[in-house]
Amino acid sequence: MKLEAIIQVKNVHKSFKSVHAVRGIDLEILPSQFIALLGPNGAGKTTLVEMIEGIQKPDKGEILISGKPWKGNEKEFRRIIGLSLQETRFIDKLRLFETLRLFASFFGLGAERCEEVMNLVGLEEKRQAYVVNLSGGQRQRLALGVALLNKPRILLLDEPTTGLDPQARREVWMILKKLKDASATSLILTTHYMEEAEQLCDYIVIMDHGTILKEGTLRDLLGKSSADIEEKQEYKGPPRNLDELFIELTGRHLNE
Amino acid sequence: MNKLKNSQLWQLILANARELLREPAVLFWGIVFPILMSLGLGVAFTKKKDVTVTIAVIGRNHLVHAPSDSISLIQTFLLRNKAELRVGKDGSLSRELTVPDEKLGGTRYIFRDMSWKKAMVMLKRGNLNLVMDESNAKIQYQFDPMNPDAQLTYLKFSKLMKDPDLIIKSSETEIRPLDVTGTRYIDFLVPGLICMGVMMSCMWGVSYDIIEKRSKKLLRRMIATPMKRSNFLVALITVRIAMNFVESGLLFLFAWLVFHITIQGSVPALILFFISGNIAFAGIAVFLSCNTAKTEIGNGLINLVSMPMMVLSGIFFSYHNFPGWSIPVIQKFPLTMMADGVRSIFIEGAGFGEIMLPTLIMLVIGVVFFTAGLKLFKWH
Repeated sequence: MKLEAIIQVKNVHKSFKSVHAVRGIDLEILPSQFIALLGPNGAGKTTLVEMIEGIQKPDKGEILISGKPWKGNEKEFRRIIGLSLQETRFIDKLRLFETLRLFASFFGLGAERCEEVMNLVGLEEKRQAYVVNLSGGQRQRLALGVALLNKPRILLLDEPTTGLDPQARREVWMILKKLKDASATSLILTTHYMEEAEQLCDYIVIMDHGTILKEGTLRDLLGKSSADIEEKQEYKGPPRNLDELFIELTGRHLNE
Repeated sequence: MNKLKNSQLWQLILANARELLREPAVLFWGIVFPILMSLGLGVAFTKKKDVTVTIAVIGRNHLVHAPSDSISLIQTFLLRNKAELRVGKDGSLSRELTVPDEKLGGTRYIFRDMSWKKAMVMLKRGNLNLVMDESNAKIQYQFDPMNPDAQLTYLKFSKLMKDPDLIIKSSETEIRPLDVTGTRYIDFLVPGLICMGVMMSCMWGVSYDIIEKRSKKLLRRMIATPMKRSNFLVALITVRIAMNFVESGLLFLFAWLVFHITIQGSVPALILFFISGNIAFAGIAVFLSCNTAKTEIGNGLINLVSMPMMVLSGIFFSYHNFPGWSIPVIQKFPLTMMADGVRSIFIEGAGFGEIMLPTLIMLVIGVVFFTAGLKLFKWH
């Protein structure tokens, strides 16, 4: 039996003045699926995620969560979505546990759930630390903890490891891997780190200039692409990784 | 109890209170700075000379000489110096005398005929600082000896009296220090400082806080949860008003201990009026911060609104020193309205009756600006 998609993105367009950020994207995310939106800066990943999280409205097309549109269902959706934005800063002078308590209260949750989440993201030792005194990696883990407070069915993470050192990045990955094993949460993760997409996600969407260049599992992407490019240029063998694939598709590196 | 602890409004209030109290600058600017200001200005206040000074003339009508009356010393002085008679719109009489002085600048004296009671009200409002009375063929000068402005007015005026052409001898004059509560400069200053504190606290504590949270994308993060948007604003304003009560209370306590300031009017009326003033400024603050995410713009907007009021609304000196045409405009500023009302309770003994209209006006200001701000409010 085919699983019903928890998120459906149907021919979605979004422009900001003369900039076409998203141009006709179709996408379906299944329950428990971990999806990576991979692309360079300006690819339209964040705009797409913002539309999925209901902050931006598409100019054209529609987005359905559990088969329902945002309009009229906002309250319900806010309860099942967890998110971590790019560059969110919490209140500097609140302690870590107080920050969790504050956000937990928005979902009607108490201290018990905060303790669980604090353990999940490995920040028990920093319980009494002010947010301002946390390192970049610890802040990102706090943001992830806040996103997980309500045991979300949909988790949206916008570049959760950008700017972190390799060790801190791996700590975030470990948390997400544990989450994947232990829950039915669907994840949409935007990133421009190949390794992140490869390590965490079972479906990868490569975006550039507001469109989807290619999508599929890692194996599909690395296997299929050679056939696509064979006709256009001299065949040099299949790409060994996503970085090579991206160069083949666009002629430039992801980080450019 | 657990339900309250887990309620989002309670947690928002706690978060705002913690944020506020854990910022050492708040303690300085909110509590220590106004106290230092009141101390500095109250003890060692000096101000440039007044160009125009108003002097109250008490008792029988000294400004116009009726043929049936014997001529008084004050009348003699005014007539000899050819002080010009003026009739106000309300029929009140005054005489004006301009004394040129090349070194110190000229001074225009306005002598107003009025009752003792009216003179005291005007004195407390800072509209005049010298009262003249004549009885038993003696001119009495009454003023607050601790008020440098009053001293200056007296000294300038007594210099005129030494004119050899005048028949008034020094034995015919007498100084009487005014000891009526509420007539000192510090009595005028402290209510003004309290009101200015409320305005600044709302502007920076509400407006700037919202803009900063928006610029940090924290507002956006919060509304991505089931948080009720009204709870966020209610919590922010509640904490700010509570803090304003503490700050103002401490300033008053200090002024009471050091300068023996008292509240002569109704304390419940003062509390009501204080809350309405807070609501007015909180509403304005929400309106100011409703749209921008740039702290630089927020800075500019806050200064644009608060600076003119700080200068014009009669916090440090009476706004009656400004040109006559500007006074009706100045009186409509929320800070002027609040300072006038708080002063009337502190030093004129006003109660609910006197402050009801300004209370309503300030509540309306608060509600209108808050509603407009909410309509235009950008959460991300």
